[in-house]
Amino acid sequence: MTKIRSQMNPSHVTAGPAILEVKHLTKEYASGGAILTVVKDITFSIPAGSTRAIVGPSGSGKTTLLGLCAGLDQPTSGEVRLDGIHLGALDEDGRAGVRNESVGFVFQSFQLIPTLTALENVMVPLELRGEAGAAAKARELLERVGLDGRFSHYPAQLSGGEQQRVGLARAFINRPKVLFADEPTGNLDAETGRLVIENLFALNAAFGTALMIVTHDAELAGRAERVIRLKGGAVVAGA
Amino acid sequence: MKAFLKHLLSAWTWRMAWRDSRTHRGRLLLFSSSIVLGVAALAAIGSLGKNLERAVKEQAKTLLGADLALSSRQPFSSAEEQLLTSLGGRQARETSFSSMIYFPSGGGTRLVQARAVGGPFPFYGRLETEPAAAAEQFRLGQGALVEENLLIQFGAKVGDDIRLGKLTLPVIGVLKKVPGESAALAVVAPRVYLPMSGLARTGLLNGGGLARYRVFFQFPQGADAGKIVAANQPRLDHFRLGVETVETRQRELGRAMDNLYHFLNLSGLVALLLGGIGVASAIHVHVKQKLGTVAILRCLGGSVGQTFAIYAGQGIALGLAGALGGSALGVAVQAAVPGAVADFIPFTFQFQTSWPAVGRAAGVGFGLCLLFALLPLLEVRRVSPLAALRHACESAKVRRDPLRWLAGGCLAAAVAAFALGQGRDWRIGLGFCGGLAAAFAVLAGTAKALVFLVRRFLSPTLPFTFRQGLANLHRPNNRTMLLLLSLGLGVFLIVTIQMLQHTLATELMVSGGTNQPNAVLFDIQPDQKKAAAALVRSMHLPVLDELPIVTMRLSSIKGRRIESLLADKQSHIPSWVLRREYRSTYTDHLRDAEKVIAGRWIGQAASSNGPAPISVEKDIARDLKAGLGDEIVFDVQGAPVTGRVASLREVNWRRMQPNFFVLFPPGVLESAPHMNVLVTRVSSGAQSALLQRAVVRDFPNVSVIDLTLVLQTLDAILGKVTFVIQFMALFTVLTGTLVLAGTLVSGHFQRVQESVLLRTLGASRRQIHRILAVEYLSLGLLAAATGSLLALAAVWALAAFVFHVHFVPMAAPLLCALVATPALTAGLGLLMSRGMLSQPPLVTLRNEEG
Repeated sequence: MTKIRSQMNPSHVTAGPAILEVKHLTKEYASGGAILTVVKDITFSIPAGSTRAIVGPSGSGKTTLLGLCAGLDQPTSGEVRLDGIHLGALDEDGRAGVRNESVGFVFQSFQLIPTLTALENVMVPLELRGEAGAAAKARELLERVGLDGRFSHYPAQLSGGEQQRVGLARAFINRPKVLFADEPTGNLDAETGRLVIENLFALNAAFGTALMIVTHDAELAGRAERVIRLKGGAVVAGA
Repeated sequence: MKAFLKHLLSAWTWRMAWRDSRTHRGRLLLFSSSIVLGVAALAAIGSLGKNLERAVKEQAKTLLGADLALSSRQPFSSAEEQLLTSLGGRQARETSFSSMIYFPSGGGTRLVQARAVGGPFPFYGRLETEPAAAAEQFRLGQGALVEENLLIQFGAKVGDDIRLGKLTLPVIGVLKKVPGESAALAVVAPRVYLPMSGLARTGLLNGGGLARYRVFFQFPQGADAGKIVAANQPRLDHFRLGVETVETRQRELGRAMDNLYHFLNLSGLVALLLGGIGVASAIHVHVKQKLGTVAILRCLGGSVGQTFAIYAGQGIALGLAGALGGSALGVAVQAAVPGAVADFIPFTFQFQTSWPAVGRAAGVGFGLCLLFALLPLLEVRRVSPLAALRHACESAKVRRDPLRWLAGGCLAAAVAAFALGQGRDWRIGLGFCGGLAAAFAVLAGTAKALVFLVRRFLSPTLPFTFRQGLANLHRPNNRTMLLLLSLGLGVFLIVTIQMLQHTLATELMVSGGTNQPNAVLFDIQPDQKKAAAALVRSMHLPVLDELPIVTMRLSSIKGRRIESLLADKQSHIPSWVLRREYRSTYTDHLRDAEKVIAGRWIGQAASSNGPAPISVEKDIARDLKAGLGDEIVFDVQGAPVTGRVASLREVNWRRMQPNFFVLFPPGVLESAPHMNVLVTRVSSGAQSALLQRAVVRDFPNVSVIDLTLVLQTLDAILGKVTFVIQFMALFTVLTGTLVLAGTLVSGHFQRVQESVLLRTLGASRRQIHRILAVEYLSLGLLAAATGSLLALAAVWALAAFVFHVHFVPMAAPLLCALVATPALTAGLGLLMSRGMLSQPPLVTLRNEEG
């Protein structure tokens, strides 16, 4: 984090209740000689501890927006401030540091590291920042999502629902200020999906984490405090 | 860089690298086996090479018998003596001359080479005599040493007297082997060694008879004879003294020795490069499979340095394991080699593990492996965390990476440095690197052309499996470039080594093989010629060659008398060349060991009385400053014979057969006094004895010179060289085959996913097999063909420019490569998919996901 902090200056940090601020965000790709605008001039903010669902048809730019908000990609224009830090002013490692410090992820395809056990997968974010006591915290979180007997199982030995719960535990282990979830129930049946959602919101409440969920699932979207609706890369409602 | 090093030294990085390798450890071990063998080969080659080099060097030293020998055709002048004294060290003298020997007991006479020796010669090696104590008695000046065949010929024995000129002295022993004695000298006449103290009493050189005066030097340990010669070169040149050092003697042994060193060096480099290629392709596949994990780690906040350090750590561990395992295996192999192959080594030597060679192999192997691994590893740095959300990002077009260029440059520089460090001649190292780079470019070009052609011209009418298999060659994530490079380079290197071995071995066999003559009948008078040949044939021995020998001296060159040339200090013609006696022959054809390099060979003299068209050996022509068309007048035992240089010849002096500086055509020298030489080959010592007895019985004046003793020495050296070549090639071929197998197996994993998907869509196992077989066979065949063509070009170039031998094409390795490579490629590929395809697709899909 030393590097990140060193890259910050007063203009990068803003005071205020919003944990995530998005201003005039645009993302364009060159495709076959033409410019394809995937995200068009989007502005919104998420206050700390609140929840937002991003919905919209396939290709409407939901996942791209999530990636930009999490600092996984650079916008063509506009800015993202996460916990007051202007992500555009940081280099790749700086943004990685912010993610490690303040962000959690839940993926549609779980994205567990196949060669690590459930426990080790959950420990990784803390280990990356060199924090001690990762194993104890990981165990506690795994117990919390109902996987106390599965610590030493590898992802391939877990069901989809179990893998996603490991993903949830991993996402919360660094006490993130904001958690980005990309279709967290997209690969799960309704029953399992519901269980994962319960876990997700329970942890959100427990840790006061802001949630930004990209989903097609109306039920899941309905649990968010606000829904941002995208179409053709632009916000059509909810911002 | 600093951050990366910090992460590399962090315990978590290594723990993570260990965890991450969990499901791939078996495969990583397989990859490292290619390095293990490469390093082991290098360690074994380095150590064995050092041992052999030492043995060969020692032998070369004993062959000269001294550190330095200086020679003159005249007794050393006082000025020359001053120079000899100034050189320091211990000295021994030898004066050699031709003389008739007389055996008072039987009354026989014979032309011999008399050698008067004074001082403690030889300094290295020893005079081998029968009885052994005779050598020491000889040193004390108690009598003469005589060659066995001379005693046999005249029924003499140790203790009998011999007379040389006015000196009578007892034979105190049979001469078996003399260090420093050139094999060729024994062909002319048997040797008789007498003490220097007796030389004056022979009275033979008192009138200034033709002799060679030599002084042998032994310098203190650590002194470099070459440097001493270099420091005194102007004075040595001024006195026109002949110079022989261990180095020049090694050169005399023929190019085979140099060939051995080059081959050893090349073998080591080839084994290492094969290992490196194996590592690079294995890591490439490994990294491809790890891109997802890297993206997740980046998503979770891992920095570029942190994630790169994890995989760099795996590369380092793999390289270290390979280097250490290779060193251990290398030591085990080299320690076992002398025992395992003792029966095949035609000499004995003290085998010692060369730890510097082992350490060097481990260090160089580790360093080069790391550089080879770095190229694909660098891709880890460029993985976007977005790839965790979108898989498409993984295949996003990679921008030019300066670090990749840097790593590539370092690798090329390291290989070049290694090659330059290995070869004796930097040009050879550079040529090797250039050749390798060219091979790389040709293979890469072939791969690109294949991708283009298949994409452009693949016919939609082909059956599905063919179409699918061929389309795999150009589809995204295809392995055409990777496999063509690794397989093609492997084939190229292995076939090159095999063909090179064949070419060099052929050269050696020609030089010293079993069909070479080993007995010469000398002094056959013209009226005995037919009968002598008939006698040889009656004993079921081949008449390999029959030649008349006419002795002559130079009278004038290009109109200038020899006396005038000798007096002219500006002529720059060595005096021994002008003074010497030339033993020439006349013949209507050239022999195998001779090749006209300028002018035209004329096998018949013109009927007119003009100069005879002669052929002169190129080096002596250079010394005589004589060129094509120049006239040389010879004094043929009193009669002047004029020759005009019609051709210049290159002579392979390594052939154990009579060779000549000057050849006359028939029709000129027939009437001159001459003797004949008949060359044959006896298969055993007993047969040689029978022949000698029969010849002495039927032709008392004819001598049989048994070259067995000479050939034994040379055969031992040549046999050793051939063995080493075969041993090294076997090692390299074995290493290369295993590395190739590893490369193939590692590359295979990319195809599994596609095959399983096709299975899921309903493709039968047979269809999948056909698709894979078409892909692998096409790649294998093209790699083999390209590699073989490259190898042909490389061996031709190496034979012509490096080893200076005739290129001997060999069909077997080419055919073997063309059949075995596709078969091995397809066989291994199908074998790997067998397990995968026998399971339900879901099992494999889950495993692949996991």
